[in-house]
Amino acid sequence: MTTIAAPEAIPYLRSFESLEQNGYGQHPDWLQALRRDAMDAFTALGFPTARRGNEEWKYTDVGPIARASFRIPTQSCHSESIEESLADRVDSLTDPNWHRLVFIDGCFTPHLSSLPNIATVSNLADSLDSHTPLIRQHLARHTPYASHAFTALNTAFLHQGSFLHLPPETSLDRPLHLIYLTTAAETHTLSQPRTLAVIGRGSKATIVETYAGPDDTPYLSNAISELIIKENASLDYYRLQQHGDEGYHVGTTQAVLGDGAHFSSTTLDLGGALVRNNLNALLDAPESSCTLNGLYLAGETQKIDNQVIIDHAKPHTNSRELYKGILGGRARAAFHGSITVRKNAQKVDAKQEDKNLLLSDKAQVNVKPAFWIYADDVKCGHGAASGQIDENSLFYLRSRGIDHEQAHRLLVRGFANEIIETVGCPSVKSLINNLVKTKLTEL
Amino acid sequence: MTIANQELNTIAAQEYRYGFITDIEADVAPRGLNEDIVRWISAKKNEPEFMLEWRLKAFRHWEKLQAEQQTPTWANVHYPPINYQDIIYYSAPKAKEKLESLDEVDPELLRTYEKLGIPLEEQKRLAGVAVDAIFDSVSIATTFREELAKHGIVFCSFSEALQKHPDLIQKHLGSVVPYSDNFYAALNAAVFSDGSFCYIPKGVRCPLELTTYFRINTAETGQFERTLIIAEEGSYVSYLEGCSAPMRDENQLHAAVVELIAHKDAEIKYSTIQNWYPGDQDGKGGIYNFVTKRGKCAGSNSKISWTQVETGSAITWKYPSVILQGDNSIGEFYSVALTKAKQQADTGTKMVHIGKNTRSKIIAKGIAAAEGSNTYRGLVRIGSRADNARNFTQCDSLLIGDRCGAHTTPYVEVLNNTAHLEHEAFTSRVDEDMLFYCNQRGLSMEDAQSLIINGFCKEVFQKLPFEFAVEATRLLELNLEGTVG
Repeated sequence: MTTIAAPEAIPYLRSFESLEQNGYGQHPDWLQALRRDAMDAFTALGFPTARRGNEEWKYTDVGPIARASFRIPTQSCHSESIEESLADRVDSLTDPNWHRLVFIDGCFTPHLSSLPNIATVSNLADSLDSHTPLIRQHLARHTPYASHAFTALNTAFLHQGSFLHLPPETSLDRPLHLIYLTTAAETHTLSQPRTLAVIGRGSKATIVETYAGPDDTPYLSNAISELIIKENASLDYYRLQQHGDEGYHVGTTQAVLGDGAHFSSTTLDLGGALVRNNLNALLDAPESSCTLNGLYLAGETQKIDNQVIIDHAKPHTNSRELYKGILGGRARAAFHGSITVRKNAQKVDAKQEDKNLLLSDKAQVNVKPAFWIYADDVKCGHGAASGQIDENSLFYLRSRGIDHEQAHRLLVRGFANEIIETVGCPSVKSLINNLVKTKLTEL
Repeated sequence: MTIANQELNTIAAQEYRYGFITDIEADVAPRGLNEDIVRWISAKKNEPEFMLEWRLKAFRHWEKLQAEQQTPTWANVHYPPINYQDIIYYSAPKAKEKLESLDEVDPELLRTYEKLGIPLEEQKRLAGVAVDAIFDSVSIATTFREELAKHGIVFCSFSEALQKHPDLIQKHLGSVVPYSDNFYAALNAAVFSDGSFCYIPKGVRCPLELTTYFRINTAETGQFERTLIIAEEGSYVSYLEGCSAPMRDENQLHAAVVELIAHKDAEIKYSTIQNWYPGDQDGKGGIYNFVTKRGKCAGSNSKISWTQVETGSAITWKYPSVILQGDNSIGEFYSVALTKAKQQADTGTKMVHIGKNTRSKIIAKGIAAAEGSNTYRGLVRIGSRADNARNFTQCDSLLIGDRCGAHTTPYVEVLNNTAHLEHEAFTSRVDEDMLFYCNQRGLSMEDAQSLIINGFCKEVFQKLPFEFAVEATRLLELNLEGTVG
């Protein structure tokens, strides 16, 4: 290889080489080639730096991630007894009536999972043989890694993960919960969750992803989800990030939409020391549409960065985007929403909004909405607002006999509710409601 | 250029120590840029020592940026790399050949003037026709200057100010746009040839609109202009640069710097109409307008307002900004940017809130037609001590035709929770219902489009000095001729 390796990439390269020698060797050649290619990309790229001119990482310095050397988990999973002891923790994260796939420190845990029988829902590693053409067609094809370090790192160690294939005209009766849990078994664990979902023509599904981990120990969760939504299919996607106070999280979700498909996403960020979410929606066929909502609640020294990129590649596509943040303590949030309307993608209707409520005088927010419009028959609008609780609203409530504390709480709660109210599925809504309620008491 | 020649030139230049550069002189600096050229320009202009020092610092900084390949690449504009060694950085103004009457002027140019509604005598002046003494810009300038002098206002060329008020310049030059600000600001600081200087003393309300029609400095100040406006406590000035008439220029690269300083209770209103040569239909030969403009509301209750109508240039790269340092200070930015043919514009503003109770308002209207590319790029930053800061931003784009591009990239950075910010942006084409309504009332398609587009820009045009608001409207109509309907 002629490229110069970035110094911080060397430990990961060593782990990769050792895994290649024992363990990865039995995997199909195409997967090995893919991983090798991604590793080369990561070795050359290193972690993104906050240096001037790096627009993509302008407001988030991943220096702490680059400096800490995270440990790649080995092939061996936890013993059953350890897994057993985590059953309660897993139960607390989910609804007992949902289907679920549970991964602990990157390892699939079958006996904590419960799978539906109408669709293929399985550990990605176990489906490599049975679904080779489909997986090869989509895996790592929609999330380019050549210039994205975190995507390359995830792809280089691609092994286990969630795989969902819904055949045409079938629908999941209940939400499918993908739980990616990091444990405190060791410090500086790197877990790299991976999700591949192919929703067949005319099918419907609800997917909930939960990312969680322990408090008081640093770890990195570097997740990628690839969601392929075929013609007239519809996917309700929820992403609940509940990491521990020293957890780092970088997540990339890529949705690719077919003719008349709909993608609805709700991102909830509660935990983590440093969190970066990349959500990309490619409206690749006419009449496709997406609704992307997000709520980020951060206190103390939390840093939460959301990047949402919508690509209107075809005419007659719609998008709606609403992100809201409530920030306390010394929390810092960033929002970057980019909407591209490509040439000839006429009759596009896009709306984007980001609103922030700053509860403390040390909280910070950076907002960067962007439009790139190359077609003329379009309607695109964006709005951004930032402020503190409206004094008039507060006064109104107090004049009705509600004390300051409660009035404040009501208004903050109301601010968050705008997002929660958009959640269609009642069981998901009640789960989110409880999570938000608990978090708001901490801010 | 040999050293001996330079010495000669230095000595030659000294002869004019207390005089003006005369018209006979037609010195041209050798092509290229190095430290000697910077010294040569400074000596040529007989500048005080501090000025040369500053130019040299700027040049060294620019050289460093050049070596590190730090030319700005973040803007959404595309052009072949500029060879900075292939530019003549100084050329003393040449006297133009005067024409006898308007009959000798290109009829196409006259037609344009007609449409813009420029008075006949002014047309002559613009076209380079010899005019009656009464209308000669110099004589107007003289009476004008007497009037200003009565109020203690200094309004002259930068070179003149350097001779007469070096202390004022030394104190304020680079205090808003330091030479290290960016690549083009460094280049300008090293080689700027001339520009305007304006000083409004304490408590004076400038009785006239300071416009380029009455500009005292020579018409062709070259490609690297530098403007410095200082408004002392409680003063007011309205300054308009540019001209709605099309301007052709040999220089392709324009890298100007404008610095405004408003002290306590002072107000500066700065308006620009820019209609430089945009190049032919393929965008060849147009002007690159890479400008750094920034104002500082240094004192409390001060106000700086930028209004710009940008219709010319092949590439526009400018972000008139306001640093709101004083408490209760106000920054405003009103802009209409039009790109057609292959024009590219990346323009917007920066509002940096530092003081308490500072307010800013941004109204930016972008119009993209044919293959034009129009980008609004802006920053609103609320510093941690800017309590109760307020910002309202609206940046709208209008698209005409399916080959143009309209882009918006605002940045909002809030470090203070008492700040209140609102941002709105909307992009669409001319509304069909509105067109239909106008058609139904008997307006032709073209008139209807023009009416709607003017309505779209109205908020900005209203901010222009009265006579220019009328011209700006016509300018827009003229520029859009043939692209609509």
